[in-house]
Amino acid sequence: MINLTVNEQPVTVPEGTTILQAVRAAGVELPTLCYHEGLAPYGACRLCMVTITAPHHGLVASCAYPAEEGLMVETHSPEAVSARRLALEFLLSRCPQSEVIRELAAQEGVTASRFGTPPPERAEELCVLCGLCVRVCREAIGAAAIGFIGRGMERRVGTPFEVQSEACIGCGACAEICPTNAIKIEDRGNERILHTWHTTVELHSCPECGRYFAPEPTGFLKDMFPEIENLWALCPECRRQRTARQWIEQEHTRAT
Amino acid sequence: MPLIPQPPPPAGGALLTRLHAINAEHGYLPEEELRRAAEELGVPLSQVYSAATFYAAFSFQPRGRHTIHVCLGTACYIRGGEKLLEKLESTLGVRPGETTDDGTFTVETVHCVGSCSMSPVMRVDGDTYGRLKADILPRLLRRYQTEAGGMSDEGT
Repeated sequence: MINLTVNEQPVTVPEGTTILQAVRAAGVELPTLCYHEGLAPYGACRLCMVTITAPHHGLVASCAYPAEEGLMVETHSPEAVSARRLALEFLLSRCPQSEVIRELAAQEGVTASRFGTPPPERAEELCVLCGLCVRVCREAIGAAAIGFIGRGMERRVGTPFEVQSEACIGCGACAEICPTNAIKIEDRGNERILHTWHTTVELHSCPECGRYFAPEPTGFLKDMFPEIENLWALCPECRRQRTARQWIEQEHTRAT
Repeated sequence: MPLIPQPPPPAGGALLTRLHAINAEHGYLPEEELRRAAEELGVPLSQVYSAATFYAAFSFQPRGRHTIHVCLGTACYIRGGEKLLEKLESTLGVRPGETTDDGTFTVETVHCVGSCSMSPVMRVDGDTYGRLKADILPRLLRRYQTEAGGMSDEGT
């Protein structure tokens, strides 16, 4: 176990914990955009900045810094607060239309940005390039269907050649994990349209009610986990009803 | 599988070397070559595309027969490099990174070619032209358009 202090309060955390996790274990709140407990540390959004006051001094991204024995961490030192506010000003200047960013900024007392507003063609920008979608697709799903494209001002997320992806399985993890709701996905008839990725995947229909629900390319899951074969085919509603019917029938046969 | 045993395929770390090789061979990165590189290196296509679009050294457009590099480094910029570029853009009808419709010229900007003493400088293929003025560019370009090219006559 590692002993450190967060805002002068002692905390004990297991080996391999980051400062961010220790801060949260201490009950102190820190905003993050690019952090997810299921993925490797990334350190992109710079909202979780803290200062280390001992044994050395430094301003670090707490999500990507390992907790060390004897470390003294300040989450709200003037240095950390101004670093966080600066990051929020940049984010606000990129995505003034984002509800999430505006709220986060307001919580830290940032209501305006010194860095202007985006050009008209990017006025509606919601993506903060935190990389969660890219990382979840690569690290957790394994499809690696999307990646960063370009560099600097041109940097964006997309599929190779920005056309229909062959690797995308339509799972929607990217949209689910996106902290600013920048990824647009829509189920229409027998298709799932991943607008942001210029990609459409076919949906599988429930053999009982006919409703389209699961993307066809996720079919490999039932080969991988034979125990879900019957469940994969049924939509959640029919799955629930079938299970309930089974229980009632069991009760009935037991009673008679 | 080939009859003769092959060495194990190079790891993903060989990606940039591979991109350079493709770019050198074709003058740009054709889509099918990137797809093949992804497959052979065992790297996701999204990662290949990411790297390919990150570096300015790679092009996605077929290149012209001659590549023009206009220097916009500090010295050239101050001494009119931008005017050279403007003149090229209006004469050839292309912007930096683009190729003329007839496939003769590709125009690019660079940041210093180490010839600041003769700024503003422009390079066509391997030839460096210094102390350039925008109004002589059309004459210079004509040399390359007529295929002879090079610094053969009069020089600069």
